[in-house]
Amino acid sequence: MPLTNITGIARSKEDPRIERKGPSSLTGPDHLARALGWFSIGLGVTELLAPGRIARSLGLRGKQRLIQAYGARELASAVPTLSVDKPVGLASRIAGDAIDLGTLALALRRNNPKRNNAAIALALVIGITVLDIVAYSGVKAAHGRRPGGERDYSSRSGLPRGPQASRGLARKDFDIPADYRAEGTVAGEIPHAVASL
Amino acid sequence: MKALVWHGKEDVRYDTVSDPEIGHPRDAIIKVTSCAICGSDLHLFHNLIPAMLPGDILGHETMGEVVEVGSAVNGSLKVGDRVVIPFTIQCGECDQCRRGHFSLCQRTNRKGELGDKAFGHRTAGLFGYTHLTGGYPGGQAEYLRVPFADTTHLKVPDGIDDEKLLFLSDILPTGWQAAVQADIEPGDTVAVWGCGPVGQMTIRSAILLGAEQVIAIDHLPERLSMAAAAGATIINFEKESVIERLNDLTGGEGPHKCIDAVGAESHVNLGQPDTILDRAKQMMMTENDRPHVLREMIYACRPAGVISIIGVYTGLVDKIPMGQAMNKGLTFRMAQAHVPRWTEDLLRRIEDDQIDPSFVITHKVDLSEGPAMYRTFRDKADSCIKVMLRP
Repeated sequence: MPLTNITGIARSKEDPRIERKGPSSLTGPDHLARALGWFSIGLGVTELLAPGRIARSLGLRGKQRLIQAYGARELASAVPTLSVDKPVGLASRIAGDAIDLGTLALALRRNNPKRNNAAIALALVIGITVLDIVAYSGVKAAHGRRPGGERDYSSRSGLPRGPQASRGLARKDFDIPADYRAEGTVAGEIPHAVASL
Repeated sequence: MKALVWHGKEDVRYDTVSDPEIGHPRDAIIKVTSCAICGSDLHLFHNLIPAMLPGDILGHETMGEVVEVGSAVNGSLKVGDRVVIPFTIQCGECDQCRRGHFSLCQRTNRKGELGDKAFGHRTAGLFGYTHLTGGYPGGQAEYLRVPFADTTHLKVPDGIDDEKLLFLSDILPTGWQAAVQADIEPGDTVAVWGCGPVGQMTIRSAILLGAEQVIAIDHLPERLSMAAAAGATIINFEKESVIERLNDLTGGEGPHKCIDAVGAESHVNLGQPDTILDRAKQMMMTENDRPHVLREMIYACRPAGVISIIGVYTGLVDKIPMGQAMNKGLTFRMAQAHVPRWTEDLLRRIEDDQIDPSFVITHKVDLSEGPAMYRTFRDKADSCIKVMLRP
């Protein structure tokens, strides 16, 4: 819930109201990244609060602390994924996916009675990893600067008379107002101050 | 009408909204002919400034033609007048307005109690900004209701293109005030951090005010090339040490005057580790702003120098080296621009060909392309420095 809903801030009645919503600045990869960020929060909270259940269902007994650590990692990844620095968050999610896949691979051992659950979880993580990679590359492509594509604006001086002829031009008819003077700073020497030394 | 509407973080939409109406006798309605996206709009785009509501119309750089006036506008405006609308709304009568502190007007923030709580005392109402400053609908739209219209406008003559006049609404007087509040004297070395639109205007203002040497600091080649075009010496902070270069350029003394035209969102990079920590804290909502530039200015500035802050800060900042600032005897000046204090004079300088602010426009598009241009401007893609929109 936005903070503004809690504080009771409201738009004034006389202001224009939305009649029809139009196209958004958010791109498809932005929406995907946002969904993955919220997914991270959901998974992270679950891993932190119910590590025993997860460990039992995957046949990873004794790994509760590890699962809680993964939960903390999910939350840490969610913060940048939901921020404007989505590539950072998505990259950390992809790295986390690799760790998750490694851990689940261990649960595929033949003597694990929950082997089937672990296989399903592994398949889900592979799917999520694909989504993370798609979102990462999509966000990078949508928001990146094209390397070497900078334009040269060195002809745009904005000073029609040229920089050198413009230097001090405003001084002919403009003095810094008294309330903007920084008296006693580096502006100049004060003769009587030097003489009194 | 059509308008660019804030729906949340990074979500600006080109919506159909109801037309504005005269709601007070001092109101006027203008038909917008040109508007622009400001760097400070990106703080809203990133949801760094509190008290925005989904449905708020953005935009505070606007000009157009008067199409309707309220009964108390008193002849200072009439239908058909061509006007630039300052981003600050001022009553012209309160104590702050009489002193020329128009961005601190005591009467125009219609949600003044929020401003009192957030800032200690309310500041002026602003167009297209947070509800802490009144939550007035902005001018990235086809029409704009102008409150206190008799004192919140600058009449401009026909025969000069919108491109030259539009920036009297904000970035030109903002850049000018950055230079003025630095108290630039002929012979000064002035360092300007940030070569975005406000930084570019600050550089030109510093030169017009007689600075001997202007040093422009950024990392984007296209912005540095535009700064160099006005005669600035440039420093690319991703390629060289700012402190070392400033010392080299000033005989080891440091700049007389340092101007922050960056504000809340300093660029984050590995070469400046404090920016990474600030970004992490910002994500965790334990710090509002990334004040790397402020820290660097305090360190670099000549003892007894002046620090002028014009880049927008939004709230709390950490690790400001007050010990350095105090022991070096620095003077700090800062404010949102008191736009009408400077605009008549700056209009005359435009007419007199002392400055042509249109140099900064890199993208000129239809208002419908606004949502995409927010992305382009934020991503600094396509060498974008300033976006001008036409409804």
